[in-house]
Amino acid sequence: MADAEAHGHGGETRRDFILLLGNAMAVVGVGALAWPLIDSLSPAADTKAASTTEVDLAPIKAGQRVSVKWRGSPVFIEHRTPETIARAVKDDKVSMPDPQPDAERHQEGKAQWLVMVGVCTHLGCIPLGQNTGDKRGDYGGWFCPCHGSHYDASGRIRKGPAPKNLPVPDYRFVTDTRIVIGEKPKKPAA
Amino acid sequence: MRLAIAAGLVLAALSAASTSRAAEAEKPKSVSWAHDGVFGTFDRKQLQRGLKVFMGSCATCHSLRQVYYRNLVEIGLTPSEAKAVAATKEIDEIGDDGQPKKRKAELKDRFVSPFPNALAAAAANSNKAPPDLSLIVKARAGGADHCYSILTGYSEPPKDWKDEEGRPRKLEGAQQYNKYFPGEIIVMPPPLTSEGQIDYGKDAPKATVDQMARDVCAFLSWAADPTMEERKRTGIKVVLFLLLFTAVFFVIYRRVWKNVH
Amino acid sequence: MSAMPTTPQPRWMRWVEQRLPIFSFVQHFNEYPTPKNLNYFWNFGSLAGITLVIMIVSGIVLAMHYTPHVDYAFDSVERIRRDVNHGWLLRSMHANGGAMFFIAVYIHVFRGLYYGSYKAPREIVWWMGIIILLLMMATAFMGYVLPWGQMSFWAAKVITNLFSAIPLVGEDITTWLWGGFTVDQPTLNRFYSLHYLLPFIIVGVVVVHIWSLHTVKSGNPLGIDVKSPKDTIPFHPYYTVKDMFGLGVFLLIWSIFVFFAPDFMGHPDNYIPADSQVTPPHIVPEWYFLPFYAILRATPDILFINAKLAGVIAMFGSILLLFFLPWLDSSKVRSANYRPAYRVAFWILVVDCIVLGFCGANPPEGAWLHISRAATAWYFFHFLILVPIIARVETPKPLPFSISEPVVKPAVARA
Repeated sequence: MADAEAHGHGGETRRDFILLLGNAMAVVGVGALAWPLIDSLSPAADTKAASTTEVDLAPIKAGQRVSVKWRGSPVFIEHRTPETIARAVKDDKVSMPDPQPDAERHQEGKAQWLVMVGVCTHLGCIPLGQNTGDKRGDYGGWFCPCHGSHYDASGRIRKGPAPKNLPVPDYRFVTDTRIVIGEKPKKPAA
Repeated sequence: MRLAIAAGLVLAALSAASTSRAAEAEKPKSVSWAHDGVFGTFDRKQLQRGLKVFMGSCATCHSLRQVYYRNLVEIGLTPSEAKAVAATKEIDEIGDDGQPKKRKAELKDRFVSPFPNALAAAAANSNKAPPDLSLIVKARAGGADHCYSILTGYSEPPKDWKDEEGRPRKLEGAQQYNKYFPGEIIVMPPPLTSEGQIDYGKDAPKATVDQMARDVCAFLSWAADPTMEERKRTGIKVVLFLLLFTAVFFVIYRRVWKNVH
Repeated sequence: MSAMPTTPQPRWMRWVEQRLPIFSFVQHFNEYPTPKNLNYFWNFGSLAGITLVIMIVSGIVLAMHYTPHVDYAFDSVERIRRDVNHGWLLRSMHANGGAMFFIAVYIHVFRGLYYGSYKAPREIVWWMGIIILLLMMATAFMGYVLPWGQMSFWAAKVITNLFSAIPLVGEDITTWLWGGFTVDQPTLNRFYSLHYLLPFIIVGVVVVHIWSLHTVKSGNPLGIDVKSPKDTIPFHPYYTVKDMFGLGVFLLIWSIFVFFAPDFMGHPDNYIPADSQVTPPHIVPEWYFLPFYAILRATPDILFINAKLAGVIAMFGSILLLFFLPWLDSSKVRSANYRPAYRVAFWILVVDCIVLGFCGANPPEGAWLHISRAATAWYFFHFLILVPIIARVETPKPLPFSISEPVVKPAVARA
């Protein structure tokens, strides 16, 4: 097309430039139109608003476990006793599928509060151990009835098909006894 | 080709063997049902007895959400009999003054659930809400046979009852032993325990536990698949039509192709 | 397109034809010269096409009764089964139709593999076919989510979670796919939208598939080119009647499922409403995805790639490598009837795919894990190593001279 229309050098350059500019603007325009469409599929404001859960830890007695719902999944919270913590720390050096010291499983200076997403890392079942009388597995933590994964007092996988420890979600202490799950801690833990 | 078929058969056998082990429950007892087979239909009298068992026993804890009282006409109740069944239950509604009030259930209503919501159902039943029974026959491998086997499968646990790793097992709390239930432990207490527990009235078989289990499972089969009879009736016509259609086109095909060599 | 018909036409037909050549278009299809030696395996293309139409029609009507909301989806499907006039029929046709569609298409694909339908000049026909297969899989998966039963929900969760295996951006992509932080209302709603859309895109690709086919003309069981008009017959009435007969048999099988075993290919757990807090003990996809599911779960850590990502790559790779088949198989002989070694390899591949299907249905533990791994390895070995080698070393049998003359000429020299 440029060949057929080649009249003078100056004219061609100007026309090429304006053509290039036009095409570039068309591309930008299409891109600018596409972005809102793509972005509209990301979580909406109401979905995001429901993405944090605030929990008052004060009523949870030492040794007690409670479940709260966060983003559609259960979150296990345990007020650990010093004996439980000691048991978890003692196993730090033992060989396990997903090694992690107990100190990385809780926030600094808050070893008594263990907060984990209660979804088995094998195939997404919900492990037992939250209710009194539940089977807690061989390591006194949680036990997944689906395929027999045993988690220890720190929520670490010790036996069975699950590959990873129970995930620790982002959570932030607003006060000493209140946490918001789904928000990053001010200072990174550990 | 033959290789493929042979391999398929070997694997099918292997697969059957391994899944039955994985389910870790006894295969359900095989029961002969009136609704079995291509021509099988529901036994209306049996469904009506099953309804009595459901209302008298299951309905205390289980809902039947997908069934409406109007559907009872389909199992042979007269509209007024169906209305009478509905009227035994109450439902919440908003009155003309805007305040909540109770009214008797009517034909247009769903079967009233025994608990206001799933949390209440769970709280009242060892933290596990009793499942809705509308589709229980379709939602369990084994269907009606599974239903019957569970209802008649309660017993004492075996003497040396052990788990997979050889550790002894025992029942705790509300747990019951039922070898047909996956995992062998069921929390539902045996719902049918004594002969005559449900009043079958006159002109009916004796209300033995076995008979009541059969009847209620037949009723639940209907509840899960109320269009079964229409489906089979239509199916026979469609298959006959398609057989003829296929035969006609086979003849046309041979005729059109007669001169192609 | 063929020239204008020679027979005199009414004036209105000529008037239309000059403005829109619809009659010559129809005539092209009627007269499409088709090799006269096609066997019954050539029925499955048109069967798949008809199945697509039946699925779209039944699907549109079902959409008029279905509610894409997490609180109502399950109940709306039950209402279709119970209260909507003939709703049980539509629903059963559509649910079983998905499986029948895959039966037709898988036979169609294996027909192509056996008779070398991917070879020159039909590469684009083949590629369009693979795109159709991928679109079908996406459509079927999203359709399976819509009833919002336990298997629907957990299938959605497991499959969308695969994208989280992508390094760095995986989690963000998964959140974007979900439109939330787990499979929930936004996910169901968009799956419904896409499940409605994709079939029409499939129709578009089918048009290109057939357009390309009609440009290069159909292959045939001998795998040799058409030499003269004596080798062909017009599509209508010869293949239209043969397709109608085949359709009758296919619909009979479909009907037996629809009317007498509507849940035979389904899973009981999908009659339990979706519950994000309870996982079914064994999550399995519909049977037509089982071989791919087996590949996904069988793949171990490979070098620095973790097992999850490796599995995802292997699963998608198992289909994507079909795109390269025209180059992987350099043999000039198309039909496996004249390729003794390839023929054996083909049947072993069929067995391998069946084995993978059984592996997918069983937990990836013990013996099943080893079988899955061996079968997965064989699948890739077949396409990436065996087929190229056979193409180079195999001596094909002598090919016949033409479709209408059963005279055998010496084997062609291979490149």
